[in-house]
Amino acid sequence: MDKVIITVVGKDTVGIIAKVCTYLAETGVNILDISQTIVQDYFNMMMIADIAKATKPFEEISGGLETIGESIGVKVKCQREAIFTKMHRI
Amino acid sequence: MINIYEVNETNTMIEHENLDVRTITMGISLLDCADPDLGAVNEKIYAKITGMAKDLVATGQAIERDFGIPIVNKRISVTPIALVGASACKCPEDFVTIARTLDKAAGEVGVNFIGGYSALVSKGMTRAEKDLICSIPQALAQTERVCSSVNVGSTKCGLNMDAVELMGRIIKETAQATKERDSFGCTKLVVFCNAPDDNPFMAGAFHGVTEADGVINVGVSGPGVVKVALERARGKDFEVLCETIKKTAFKITRIGQLVAQEASKRLGVPFGIIDLSLAPTPAVGDSVAEILQEIGLERVGAPGTTAALAMLNDQVKKGGVMASSYVGGLSGAFIPVSEDQGMIDAVNAGALTLEKLEAMTCVCSVGLDMIAVPGDTPASSIAGIIADEAAIGMVNQKTTAVRLIPAVGKSVGDTVEFGGLLGFGPVMAVNPFSCERFVTRGGRIPAPIHSFKN
Repeated sequence: MDKVIITVVGKDTVGIIAKVCTYLAETGVNILDISQTIVQDYFNMMMIADIAKATKPFEEISGGLETIGESIGVKVKCQREAIFTKMHRI
Repeated sequence: MINIYEVNETNTMIEHENLDVRTITMGISLLDCADPDLGAVNEKIYAKITGMAKDLVATGQAIERDFGIPIVNKRISVTPIALVGASACKCPEDFVTIARTLDKAAGEVGVNFIGGYSALVSKGMTRAEKDLICSIPQALAQTERVCSSVNVGSTKCGLNMDAVELMGRIIKETAQATKERDSFGCTKLVVFCNAPDDNPFMAGAFHGVTEADGVINVGVSGPGVVKVALERARGKDFEVLCETIKKTAFKITRIGQLVAQEASKRLGVPFGIIDLSLAPTPAVGDSVAEILQEIGLERVGAPGTTAALAMLNDQVKKGGVMASSYVGGLSGAFIPVSEDQGMIDAVNAGALTLEKLEAMTCVCSVGLDMIAVPGDTPASSIAGIIADEAAIGMVNQKTTAVRLIPAVGKSVGDTVEFGGLLGFGPVMAVNPFSCERFVTRGGRIPAPIHSFKN
């Protein structure tokens, strides 16, 4: 397993999850968990995904997600899970 | 499993509170580059640095991309050049050729600073060490990236007052040699007492002789994160305050530990230490002074400043120590003036003086850092300030340092401008009374009684 955390933050609009998930499906990225909240009209989503069987390397997936984010006016970030587990788990 | 709130907390720190890894510094031993032939020394140094550090910048950038955390600087520290060049260099000009080689190698691998144009003379100076020190003004004037440091004392050896007196003059000469750029050369020159072998921060980084062939040291940062965390603890008692600082320091340091391990693994160079320092930048919201103000001071320099800083420094260490397997370097709060907007404001408001800064250095890491003083300050007064600061380090068994900029042509009230991370700063007043007869006595101040622990 090669876990990454994908976060989407921005103004809520139709089809955000659909666009991100379609890209992930096409790239062979398996989504393990999704959670989302809306804070003051701002859409806030986090996905835990496995890129072990992805057809593209991390950098490309990360860049691809960023581009999708820009096209729908939200900020999409893809980071390796270790930065969060290191900070929040002993 | 990690939840959305934890993810948001980390990303908010990065995006809004200036959390970053301040530096990945690769320490490179140049001991095997020594040679009686000056040309050969320069060739060997260039080949070793460009060989070992060729992937440093690219690896740093890959780690930034993978984890989404900025790594502001990628740097190199090398064995003190006074040792490496001792058999080849017959005069100060010979040492300057090595400085140019270091600069070229640093440029080739893409790092912004290379430290280690240094001499360790806490007890005495060899001929080569004296030549290197005398070459510093030209070395710093003729290079962009080279940083220099001189260790003039230690708790074990006492203070080498000949070196202290000489450094007063060298700082003045360096200021003169770079006067067209607000005496910029002095921002790359540090005088230490108890210099650590593994400090990743510039300008004082060098690769100590106790170190392995190569090592990765990482300096973390994050004053902004601590400040925001403390805003949530406003009005609470010291117990809550200390807990908040500790927890935040822990989180910041864990990021440093992760980056250090990754860099070490990817570069195939052993991990050395994490330096747990709160290192400010001139950016708004990235200031140690603002933390002290959040703790309850109207301005840094107000009564209570030393106590607040002592507490902050201690809690940062307590939180950070558990987060990393190896802690070293300077590890504490940095209090540079020109690199910290809150400090600059405090000086301009008349709240902060050189004397108060000296008191503050008794309880935090480093010392009188990035302070512009009038260009006509006598060399003996600068030597006196170095002696005072070194005495604090020697007696308290801690690292202290002096990085003063006697800005040529500037006087109190003027501003000097260095740009980038080095910032800008007001010229501060120096006590006008002389210490010339004291610093020119010659010889050494003996080690303090409590250094005899054997």
